[in-house]
Amino acid sequence: MEKSIKKYFPIFALPTMVAFTLGFIVPFIMGIYLSFCEFTTITDAKFVGLKNYIRIFSDSTFTHALWFTALFTVVSVLAINVLAFAIAMLLTKGIRGTNAFRTVFFMPNLIGGIVLGYIWQILLNGILEHFGKTLTYSASYGFWGLVILMCWQQIGYMMIIYISGIQNIPGELIEAAKIDGATAPQVLRYVTIPMVMPSITICTFLTLTNSFKLFDQNLALTAGEPSNNSQMLALNIFETFYSRTGWEGAGQAKAVIFFIIVAVIAVAQNRITRSKEVQQ
Amino acid sequence: MKRKVLSVMLASAMLATMFAGCGSDAADDAGTSTPAADAADAGDAAASTEAGDAAAPAASGEGQVYYLNFKPEQNDAWQALAATYTEQTGVPVTVITAADGTYEQTLKSEIAKTEAPTLFQVNGPVGLANWKDYCMDLSGSELYSHLTSDDYALKNDAGEVSGIAYVIETYGIIYNKKILNDYCTLENAVISSPEDINNFETLKAVADDIQARLDEMNDTFGYELKGAFTSAGMDGSSDWRFKTHLANLPIYYEYKDKGIDSTDAIEGTYLDNYKQVWDMYITDSTCEPGLLSSKTGDEAEAEFGMEEAVFYQNGTWEYGNLTNDDNGYLVTAEDMGMMPIYIGVEGEENQGLCTGSENYWCVNSQASAEDQQATLDFLNWVITSDEGRDSMANVMGFTTPFDTFADGYTADNVFIQADAANTAAGKYSVTWNFSTIPSETWKDGVGSALLEYAQGTGDWDAVVSAFVDGWATEYAATH
Repeated sequence: MEKSIKKYFPIFALPTMVAFTLGFIVPFIMGIYLSFCEFTTITDAKFVGLKNYIRIFSDSTFTHALWFTALFTVVSVLAINVLAFAIAMLLTKGIRGTNAFRTVFFMPNLIGGIVLGYIWQILLNGILEHFGKTLTYSASYGFWGLVILMCWQQIGYMMIIYISGIQNIPGELIEAAKIDGATAPQVLRYVTIPMVMPSITICTFLTLTNSFKLFDQNLALTAGEPSNNSQMLALNIFETFYSRTGWEGAGQAKAVIFFIIVAVIAVAQNRITRSKEVQQ
Repeated sequence: MKRKVLSVMLASAMLATMFAGCGSDAADDAGTSTPAADAADAGDAAASTEAGDAAAPAASGEGQVYYLNFKPEQNDAWQALAATYTEQTGVPVTVITAADGTYEQTLKSEIAKTEAPTLFQVNGPVGLANWKDYCMDLSGSELYSHLTSDDYALKNDAGEVSGIAYVIETYGIIYNKKILNDYCTLENAVISSPEDINNFETLKAVADDIQARLDEMNDTFGYELKGAFTSAGMDGSSDWRFKTHLANLPIYYEYKDKGIDSTDAIEGTYLDNYKQVWDMYITDSTCEPGLLSSKTGDEAEAEFGMEEAVFYQNGTWEYGNLTNDDNGYLVTAEDMGMMPIYIGVEGEENQGLCTGSENYWCVNSQASAEDQQATLDFLNWVITSDEGRDSMANVMGFTTPFDTFADGYTADNVFIQADAANTAAGKYSVTWNFSTIPSETWKDGVGSALLEYAQGTGDWDAVVSAFVDGWATEYAATH
């Protein structure tokens, strides 16, 4: 078996490798190169050194978008994971209609971000209309609108991951804890949470990167209004690229910085939560 | 052995899906395919283009045309025209239309390809700055010789003709004659006929009065009016009416005073006028100012169409939508008129509509010489042949700046006729200076400030700052 895996490795892996190279590695390297260039189209780029990176710092919208995104990420990662975990706990207690609930909670995840953005825009504007306001009245409306939207979309997905984690906890562990006199909060704190740590790693990773990279929902819900105050990083990069002549390179440079930030955060998060995982 | 066969089959199936995946990508996404592949995708018209190509293989060696079209509403007309041309001459013509609002994006990716567009368009001097390396000099072309005025040629810094306008458009305040005439019969009406409105003061007085007497008018004439003006929606589908088209007026008058046609720093001398128009738009309106941010262009159009409002700032391009039977609007072509956007400057009784172009044809200077020639021949055919002129004037509804259209090819559009009447009456038309706006970012800044002012979360100083300081900043950032 081992031998034949080795033998056929190229046949199975090669197509994926080729696709990965063409679809990811090549554009990635080109992207980094272009961040040092001035260009209209990517085929005739002119090398300009660090000019694009210097330009970023003269652009106050970038730092605003960065802080807005960071705040949004903190709030939504906490909200999504806490709620998803709570629902997962509820739906592993064997109450009636568990499967129906699971399905219903999971469904929002199947709808695309742009569509969700517009649906929620209509819903939230419908409510705000009673107060003579709209979502883009101020950035804080947009912020909480985005948090609600993301919770609605992601909780179901994370819930499924947590459910599988909780179901994997051996029953005798919890039973033993109870016999030893542990209260329900103690069981949660000392048995359940340590045992589902792998799920927590996955879920925080997914929510963290998703929130940080959020684009479609942001575009559809507020499009950065008012005055770019609800603009997140990905949208800021997109706008930089297309709305000023000669700023394509600056957009590209922002994208490179964006990649570094996301990579650093994701790796750090992975390290931290991994270290808390216990072996069964 | 059996297993081996199986794994080879699996592997080849995987490879096949991979290539199939790439293949369908190419057909779906205008970003990665050759024009030929897109043509097959773009429907019957383009497909017959391909047939023509096959029928006349000799001709295809002499070059081909690839037009990246800007106006989605004219896509079908262009496809049909391209097919006719191919049928007559055997020269393959591919027309691809970029989705609404994504022209720059599409052009950026298309032009980087081997089979790049031979014909594309820019929106004016600022657009030209971005694409100047791709625009060939058209001054020797027959197309240029048919232009009625040099104003419609877009020239680069060296004075070469880089772009040629192919459609002249006009905007102003569209109004409902029927309702306005009914209003004039009311007791104490501010005016006695719609023609009395010839300056901002009168316009505002009428709008204020209509807004105050909505119930009276609805009771008397059986309308369902909700406001004098349609909602000044600041959604992305509508905000350009104010951050670009309305902003053109203060820019125009400032340029006029100074005798310039572009600037690196605007002073904002007419911003108070801008403010009073904007105030009127948001107060004498169908809509609460706090709700403006989500109001769309379609909503404003529907409000005018359903006779819920009397005034509607927009342009000649709206004619088709307003008169389209499928929309079920109450307003008819005879009811509609267009008046100038008065902003309260000295002598504006003589002001006409805002007329200009932001659609300039450019021929790709990096295409092969045969393709360039084929493109010029195609354009020449479009503006001189009966089929081409008929399509442009009657199907697309364009007013064109070419002398070849003089004999009977004029568009049947009341707004265009209003413009012609104004010009005939000796009024000066307001040129389109918004094409000198330094960047999209400037427009977004002004738009956001206008919105915040309207909903009460910002003050007018922010608009002034976005307008004046924003201009200087954006000019510096893009030059």
